[in-house]
Amino acid sequence: MAAAFKTVEPLEYYRRFLKENCRPDGRELGEFRTTTVNIGSITTADGSALVKLGNTTVICGVKAELAPPAVDSANKGYIVPNVELPSLCAERFRSGPPGEEAQAASQFIADVIENSQMIVKEDLCIANGKLAWVLYCDIICLDYDGNLLDASVFALLAALKNVQLPLVTINEETGLSEVNLKQKNPLIIRKHPVATSFAIFDDTLLIVDPTAEEEDLATGTVTIVTDEEGRLCSVHKPGGSPLTGAKLQDCITRAITRHKEVKKLIDKVIKSITPK
Amino acid sequence: MAVEMEVADGQCRLRPFSCELGLLSRPDGSAAFLQGDTSVLAGLYGPAEAKISKELPDRAALEVLLRPKVGLPGVLERSREQLLRQTCEAVLLGVLHPRTAISLVLQVLSDAGSLLSCCLNAACMALLDAGLPLAALFCGVTYALQPDGAILLDPTARQEQEARAVLTFAIASSDRKVLMATTKGSCSVEEMQQCLAAAQRAASTIFQFYRDSVRRRYSKN
Repeated sequence: MAAAFKTVEPLEYYRRFLKENCRPDGRELGEFRTTTVNIGSITTADGSALVKLGNTTVICGVKAELAPPAVDSANKGYIVPNVELPSLCAERFRSGPPGEEAQAASQFIADVIENSQMIVKEDLCIANGKLAWVLYCDIICLDYDGNLLDASVFALLAALKNVQLPLVTINEETGLSEVNLKQKNPLIIRKHPVATSFAIFDDTLLIVDPTAEEEDLATGTVTIVTDEEGRLCSVHKPGGSPLTGAKLQDCITRAITRHKEVKKLIDKVIKSITPK
Repeated sequence: MAVEMEVADGQCRLRPFSCELGLLSRPDGSAAFLQGDTSVLAGLYGPAEAKISKELPDRAALEVLLRPKVGLPGVLERSREQLLRQTCEAVLLGVLHPRTAISLVLQVLSDAGSLLSCCLNAACMALLDAGLPLAALFCGVTYALQPDGAILLDPTARQEQEARAVLTFAIASSDRKVLMATTKGSCSVEEMQQCLAAAQRAASTIFQFYRDSVRRRYSKN
């Protein structure tokens, strides 16, 4: 009976639950799904991580290549993020060139990297004007069950924390670069941005970490990215229901709390894989 | 039919605004919006027949196209199109025109800073000019946070470059709520709230400008 009601009146079905301050999957309105992270899942990549937020699964691989820096920023390397939503991850995505959602997510990730200054591009430079690292950060969604942005930002952060770059020196006599694969150094991560998303229901109710179903029924979403000092790296509200400043403040406060939890989790995972 | 204005909001000033409605003959609604030297031309077609693949059974399908001044639209344009589309969808009463398509085309004519807010303003004026049913109006306001902590309304391209953070909001005319927010650079929570409060104040001036532009368009002379 409940299943039939859900099919016919999905929004009303949700409202009945929300009235009781819970959701059909048993969570409270402010409760996140179980978050799991696996670091170094792709052995052939320079850094990788797999993040699961409930059913949502996102994998991020970082590939490092060498290239000459751009002429106008001779002391900077490059970071090239890309988000892919293949047709395997959900029914609504078609194969072929990236759709609007994938492109918007890629731009969002690029903005988060730039805004938070998690990696200073000068750190990626090896020889001024001659050689720099290019980090290709490919984020692929394997299972789309809502809240792609949170999972992607988390996977990116975890993968970057896992990156080990070989030592590269430039031979002064020949002018050629020499790669020392035996000596590897981790990347310097200056800030740890963490994203927290909310869905707005019926213009007033804020629910945290929405599933794909909840995102479809919601009247809007908000994503807040904070760093460890509680500064805002991004406030991303792409249209949807209007919110008051007070509600936005409420989101930010919750995002700061969420940052602490995620940071604790990532520190724990990193500690568990570092050789003693 | 341009209305020129300059407004003061505390110490912050908007650049001279100018708007021309209905200057294109083919679209159902059109508007050219100028904020200082930034200018955007918007044309709106619809509600018209929708392609079967894009048709929505319960409301009108809105499509927003943002064309840059030079070259082809890229990832940045695509993500801005998403912001603009979802902002317009929030105010547009699409349920009154089910199974139709509305397309809004925005052409950037010149970018001299605060481009996204200019696009938002042009989009709203085009919706207004087409006479589509709207639940509220919205306006775009951009603030730049300077390195010394001062906030600057409607920054120029140069001021945006020098700024620590640039925040753009879309404010709805009904009770001044936030429809859209996007930030570039990092700022503290207090700074964001300060900009938001200032944006809500600046919105009143912009809505008054909307009112004047529309009145000018429909006055007899």
